[in-house]
Amino acid sequence: MTDSTNDIIVTRSLWFRFSDGTRRFFDGDVFYSFKRSPVIMVAFFVTVTYFLLAFLAPWVAPHNTYDVITLNLMDAFKPPAWEAGGDPSYPLGTDDQGRDVLSTIMFGARVSLTVGFLSVLLAMVMGIVLGMVAGYVGGKTDAIIMRIADVQLSFPAILIVLLIDGFTRSVLPRGAHEDLALVVLVLSIGFANWVQFARTVRGSCLVEKNKEYVQAARVIGLHPALIMLRHVLPNVMSPVLVIATISLAIAILTEATLSFLGVGVPPTQPSLGTLIRIGNDFLFSGEWWMTIFPGAALVILVLAVNLLGDWLRDALNPKLR
Amino acid sequence: MVDAALANPALQADEPVLSARKLARYFDVSPPLLNRVIEGTPRQILRAVDGVSFDIQKGRTFSLVGESGCGKSTVARLVVGLYTPTHGELHFEGQNIAGLTRKEMVPVRRKMQMIFQDPFASLNPRWRVVDIIAEPLRFFDITKGEAATQKRVGELLSFVGLSPKDGAKYPHEFSGGQRQRISIARALASNPEFLVCDEPTSALDVSVQAQILNLMKELQRELGLTYLFISHNLAVVYHMSDDVGVMYLGKLVEVAPARTLFARPRHPYTQLLLNTIPDLDMKGLDRAPVAGEVPNPINPPSGCTFHPRCPFANDRCRAEIPQPITLADGAKIACHGVEEGRIPDTV
Amino acid sequence: MANQSPNKPLLEVKNLRIEFPTRRGTLTAVDDISFDIMPGEVLGVVGESGAGKSLTGAAVIGLLEPPGRIAAGTISLDGRRIDNLPYEEMRKIRGRKIGAIFQDPLTSLNPLYSVGRQLVETIQTHTDMTDSQARRRAIELLSDVGIPAPERRVEQYPHQFSGGMRQRVVIALALCAEPDLIIADEPTTALDVSIQAQIIALIKRLCRDNGTAVMLVTHDMGVIAETADRVAVMYAGRIAEIGPVRDVIKQAKHPYTHGLMGSIPTIGHDIEKLTQIDGSMPRLTDIPAGCAFNPRCPRAFDKCYVDRPERIAVEKTEVACWLYEKEAVHG
Repeated sequence: MTDSTNDIIVTRSLWFRFSDGTRRFFDGDVFYSFKRSPVIMVAFFVTVTYFLLAFLAPWVAPHNTYDVITLNLMDAFKPPAWEAGGDPSYPLGTDDQGRDVLSTIMFGARVSLTVGFLSVLLAMVMGIVLGMVAGYVGGKTDAIIMRIADVQLSFPAILIVLLIDGFTRSVLPRGAHEDLALVVLVLSIGFANWVQFARTVRGSCLVEKNKEYVQAARVIGLHPALIMLRHVLPNVMSPVLVIATISLAIAILTEATLSFLGVGVPPTQPSLGTLIRIGNDFLFSGEWWMTIFPGAALVILVLAVNLLGDWLRDALNPKLR
Repeated sequence: MVDAALANPALQADEPVLSARKLARYFDVSPPLLNRVIEGTPRQILRAVDGVSFDIQKGRTFSLVGESGCGKSTVARLVVGLYTPTHGELHFEGQNIAGLTRKEMVPVRRKMQMIFQDPFASLNPRWRVVDIIAEPLRFFDITKGEAATQKRVGELLSFVGLSPKDGAKYPHEFSGGQRQRISIARALASNPEFLVCDEPTSALDVSVQAQILNLMKELQRELGLTYLFISHNLAVVYHMSDDVGVMYLGKLVEVAPARTLFARPRHPYTQLLLNTIPDLDMKGLDRAPVAGEVPNPINPPSGCTFHPRCPFANDRCRAEIPQPITLADGAKIACHGVEEGRIPDTV
Repeated sequence: MANQSPNKPLLEVKNLRIEFPTRRGTLTAVDDISFDIMPGEVLGVVGESGAGKSLTGAAVIGLLEPPGRIAAGTISLDGRRIDNLPYEEMRKIRGRKIGAIFQDPLTSLNPLYSVGRQLVETIQTHTDMTDSQARRRAIELLSDVGIPAPERRVEQYPHQFSGGMRQRVVIALALCAEPDLIIADEPTTALDVSIQAQIIALIKRLCRDNGTAVMLVTHDMGVIAETADRVAVMYAGRIAEIGPVRDVIKQAKHPYTHGLMGSIPTIGHDIEKLTQIDGSMPRLTDIPAGCAFNPRCPRAFDKCYVDRPERIAVEKTEVACWLYEKEAVHG
C-alpha cells in the first residue's frame, strides 16, 4: 500500500507533469497530423521566423530605423541590391527617408505582431469570460450578453474599430494620443473581435455543462465559478485556440488597414500597414520596392497564420480525423 | 467508513433516510417569446415529475423503473439537488432539503452522492484519475494534507477493484467498466450514506454490468449504503432492489417490495412492462406485444395517463386521475381498476 | 422465392478478415470468421462492444467505412461473390437483395423528404412501377409494418414519427425490394422496452411471411433468444461459438458464452452475486496470443496461451475452445 501510494506522490511532481505532458503532446494526434503535412510545417516555420525576426529586430536588423542619427537622406530611394544603382548594405532598397526597407519591415512586423497578439489576447479573455457566463448561467444574463454580441456582429468589425478609435481620439488630449495610440489600437481591435470567441465558448459551454462530469462537480457542491474555471474552461479551450489563431491574422490585417488609412499607429512607430501606405505614395514614381516588399511580407505572414489556424481546426476536431 | 453512517442519532431506526412527498418538477419547454407572440402559441409546460411520493429505508435499495421520458432520471436529479423541485417536499434524514441553497446543501451532499450513466462523460477528460477522486476529499476537507489525500485516493481505488497506481492515468486510458469503478470511487470519497445511481450499468456490456452490480451490492453490504437505483432494465432492478417504484409519465403508478411486484404486478402498466422482457428461458412463448407508445408528456392524456394503452380502461379512467391506494401486502397502486377489483392478475 | 434451394446457404462468409490500418500498425478487428445463413433463417450475431459484430454486418452489405477494409476471405450471396464488386454493382445488390436496418432510425431516414417519397423512390429504383403503383405499394408496406392510418402517415416527415414508428418505417424501407437477406444492426437498442418487443415481433412475422433471412446483430441476449434460429457468439473479432440458439443459450459450451449467460440477471432467480467474468475484452491493439479469451478464462490451460483454437463440432454447436479437443482426446 505505502509503496504504491508513494508512487502516486512521486508521479505528481512538477517535472513528471511537464515531461508527461510533452510526451503526450508528441505522441498525440495533433503532432502526428503536423508531421504529415509539409505545408503546415512550412507555415509554422514562417510564422516562427516572423516572430523571431520581429522581436529580435533591434539586434538582428541590418539598420536601426528608429535611430535618426544613422539615417542619411542621401541614401533615400535606393532600389533593391540586385537592381542597377542598388547598394548591398540595403538588400531591399531604401525609402524616402533613406531607411533600409528590410529593417523597416522587421520593425514594422514587430509593431504589427504586438498589436495583433495583444488585441487577440484581449478579445479572447473578454470572449471566454462573457461566453462562459452566458453559457453557464443562461437565462436573462445569456440573453443580454448574446443580444449585445448580435448587435455588434451586425456592424463590420472595421467600423467598430474606427468608432472606438475615433471616440478615444476625441476624448484623449492630443499629446496623450500619440503615446497611447498603440494601447487604443489594441483596445479597439480587441473589443471588435470578442464576439466570435464568446459565441464559440458559449456553444461549447452549453454542451459541456450538461455532461455528467460537470453534474458530478455540482453534486459535490462546488461553487459555479469554480466549476467553470476548473472543469468547463479546459474543455472549451480547443476551439478557442483555433479562433485565436485565425483572429490573429484578422487582427494583423485590421491593424494594417487602419494604419494604411492613417488612423492606426503613429508614424513614428511604423507598422507594416504604415509602410505600405507610405510606399503607396511612391508606387507610380517607380519606387515599387517601398510598398511591394512590406505588402509581400504582410501577405506571407497572414497566409502562414491562416494556414496554421485552418490546420489546427481540423487537427483538433475529432470528427474530421 | 462505517462509523460515519452510524453517527446520526437523529435518525430513528424505522424513519426513512429519504422521503419524497408530492415531489414535482415542471420544465418550461415553450418556444422563445418572439415565436410565441408571432405564432400565437401558448406556453408549454412539461410535467417531468408530477407529484411523486416514496420512502427509502436505511440500507435498502429503492429502484425506479420506467420507459424513457417517464421522469425517473429527473427524480434522481431532484434528490441530489441538480434540479430544484417545482413543489413538494424532499426529506433527507428528517430535514427538508427541497429548495436549500448551495451552501446549505454542502453538509447534505457529503452524505449523498451520485453515480452517473455514461462512464465516458462522467469523468473530466482533462483530469487525472487521482484528481478526479480527490476532488470531493479536497472540497469537503476530509483528508488533512496532500499526502493523506493521496493515500485515501489509493485506498478508494483498491476498494473499487483498481490499482492505486491507476491514479496517475487519464480517464481515456480505461475501459467503460473501469471508468464506472472510478466514478464509484469518487462517489464514495466523502463517505456518503446514500447513493443515487442513475442507470449505472446501461452503457456497459453485460459481463461488465455483472462486475459493477456485484461491486455495488458488496459496497452496500460493507458500508451499509442506501441506494436510489434508476434503471429501465427490469432484470437488473429485480436483482438489485428491495423496493421498486414504477413510473409512467411523471407519476408513480405502483410501489411495492420487489418480490411482490415481480410476482404479482397489479397495475396494468407494470403488467405490460413485465410482459415485454425477452424470455431467456426459451419457453417458446409467442407473446403478443402490447400496442401503443408512451404519449407526448407535454400533452398527457386526461384522467389516468395510461388509459389510451390500457386494456381495462373505462370512462372513469378517462376522466379522473387515480390516487395511490395501499393494499394489504404494502403495495401502493394508483389505478381505478385495481381499486375496483377489475384488473385480473396476469403474467 | 428464396425457398427454392433450401440446402444451399443464401449467404456464405468464409475466413473473413477486416483490418484497420492506423499509424500505430494494422489492427485486425475481425479475424478469420466463417459462417453462413440459410434462406429464411435468422442468424443472431451477439457480442460485447468492440467484438466486431457490427463490422461483420457492414462488410456483408459493403458499407465498411474506410480506412476499414476486407483483408482476406470471401462473402458470397447465392453462390456469387459480392465482397469484391465495384461500388455501383454493390449498390444495386444492397437494395434488391440485401436490406439494412440500423440502430438509430433517425439517421437512416432523410429528414427533408416525406416518408412516402423515400419509399416511392426506393421502390422505383428497384422495380418498374409507375408513381401511383409505387405509392400504393408504399402504403401497403407501411400498413405491413404496423403503422396505423398509412394513407395519412405516408405524407408525413420522419420527425413527425415517434422512435418506434420511425424504426418501422426503416424496416418498410428495407423491405421495399423484397430482399432475400436483411442485415439488422442493433435494431431495437435505441428503443424503449415495450417498443422493443413490438419491433422484434414485427421482424419475426415479416421473415416468416416472406421467407427473408436475417442477420441480427445485437448485444442483447434476450433479443437473440426471442428471435434467432442460430446464434454466433463473437469475442475480440472471432467467433467463439456458433450453433442453434437453444443449445447455445441453454448449454453454453465456450467458457465465454457460459460466463456471459451467467452474468445476465434474470427475474425470478434470487442470487446474491452474479457470475462475473473478470477483466474486460482486450483492445484490438493487444489481443493475446492463442485464444483471445485466455486472460479472463477460468479454465484456460497451457495450450490456450499458445495456439488459437479452431472451431470444433460439439453436439449441434461449433466451439472454438481447446477444452473440447482435450475431451475428444481423453474421452
